[in-house]
Amino acid sequence: MSTDAPLTSRGRSMPRRSLLDGMVDQVADAGALILDVLTEVGNFSIFAAQMFSWLTTRLPRRGTLLPSLYQIGVLSLPVVALTGTFIGMVLAVQSFAQFRMLNMETRMGAVINMSLVRELGPVLAATMLAGRVGSAMAAELGTMRVTEQIDALSAMGANPIHYLVVPRFLACLLLIPALTIVADFMGVVGAGVYSIHFLGVDSHHYWENSRRFVGNFDLFVGVFKSLFFGAAIALIGCHRGFHCDPGAEGVGRAATKAFVLSFVAILLLDLLLGIVLDAIYYGIWPNRPSALF
Amino acid sequence: MVDAPYKSGLPKTPILRIEGLGVRFGTSQVLRDINLTVDRGETVAVIGESGCGKTVLLKTIIALLRPTEGTVYFDGRDLFSLNEKQLTAERIRYGFLFQLAALFDSMSVAENIAFPLRQHTRRGEREIQEIVLERLTEVGLARQVLSRKPAELSGGMRKRVGLARALVLDPEILLYDEPTTGLDPIMSDVINELMVSTRRRHPVTSILVTHDMRTARKVADRIVMLFPSGRLEPGEPQIIFDGPTRVIDSTADRRVQQFILGEAGDRLVEMRQNNGGSNR
Repeated sequence: MSTDAPLTSRGRSMPRRSLLDGMVDQVADAGALILDVLTEVGNFSIFAAQMFSWLTTRLPRRGTLLPSLYQIGVLSLPVVALTGTFIGMVLAVQSFAQFRMLNMETRMGAVINMSLVRELGPVLAATMLAGRVGSAMAAELGTMRVTEQIDALSAMGANPIHYLVVPRFLACLLLIPALTIVADFMGVVGAGVYSIHFLGVDSHHYWENSRRFVGNFDLFVGVFKSLFFGAAIALIGCHRGFHCDPGAEGVGRAATKAFVLSFVAILLLDLLLGIVLDAIYYGIWPNRPSALF
Repeated sequence: MVDAPYKSGLPKTPILRIEGLGVRFGTSQVLRDINLTVDRGETVAVIGESGCGKTVLLKTIIALLRPTEGTVYFDGRDLFSLNEKQLTAERIRYGFLFQLAALFDSMSVAENIAFPLRQHTRRGEREIQEIVLERLTEVGLARQVLSRKPAELSGGMRKRVGLARALVLDPEILLYDEPTTGLDPIMSDVINELMVSTRRRHPVTSILVTHDMRTARKVADRIVMLFPSGRLEPGEPQIIFDGPTRVIDSTADRRVQQFILGEAGDRLVEMRQNNGGSNR
């Protein structure tokens, strides 16, 4: 072929496109992407609004709530406890060298425990829950969508949001504070045991400094934030499942997307809530010291 | 063809009226200006090749899908103007047998069949068990399968459990989505027989979507054939045949003949010309 026009994969010639056409395409692609994102956000908002409306009008039956509570709470306990313990110990290992350089090892407890109860406990418990429960919800509900089980629920006059989403949401919301407290507790114990028994930090000063600097408000902040994380995990997981693409690939993608989106939501909420709660703290107690030293 | 003794002497009253129905997904128009009336007690088979919108039509009839144009009147009420509670009340007058039965994996066969009863009635556990067993026997399954999970059943058994579940609330209208697809010839005929006996036993209106002409001939007293909207001439109706089962063989329309005889004709050439076939 003597023509210099580009070839398609089938070998046929295509007319040469101008730079302007290319730019128009780019704009159209960007527009389509924005439209997709907006549709998705709108779709999610409607889904969440329907969930809250069912939550306030009719509570789920015991038979549907109990399995969710067991699946989300009891079965997540070991993994959350293990993560909490290890992250506590890792914090001790990481901070020890730096604090020793300043001869302030006994202050380690304050820093470690403060970061555990305010940030790492809730965020890690939520991350584990997003991985273990959020993606499982998306896969389970996605499979139900693909095999028409969600349609079957509607056809039999059972609202799928009330029947499937509300119990999962409630279970996440009710149990994530407990899981956060477990992660906090195991982290505090892990860091304490490692610092005192393996790194040789003086136990009295370690705990005394922790007690002085970590207050009830810090514990509250962590637990309070976890409620939002739990709500986000359940809503995102269920929403992804409900809007799952057909086929095995669709279910897999729904599960992965549920985890990624939940994780991003957790970090975003963490930042926003951190800012808001700090503002509240200084609004109530303007003269309290914030620094640890 | 089946006789309909219960129909004789009764005046024809429409239970379902579909008016100007159109369904579009994105840019693809699946259903276009469908008008159809189904009388009480009638059994209608909706036939047509894959992708012509049969299942979409069935799901719109029970308001699982919202039409982009037109509406569906069930027993005189516009389904798409009802609120959630009213729609639920109407939906339990339907029974729906899904293509792959759509049994709930997490529940046993007994729990699956009992689901509508537990959801909508206040019957005692004992009574529920009795009804479940009765329905199970009606579809020819043994008591032993009650405790099994859907994953442990064969395709034919799942379909029969699905039928038992669809029948449990004594629906007025039964919708079957490809009831014999994926089953061996004998099991297909078992399902056909079940549809016929169900209709004999219960005064029910049935709409079945199928591309199995054997099923349509055996079960239905009226056949409606849909044609893919993308391949129609502008202004041509999407329903290319609507009439009693016995007259379908004498219809002159080449497309109908091609379908009932199961001949590809020039479809392959046509699909190749369309660059792989955008509709199929």
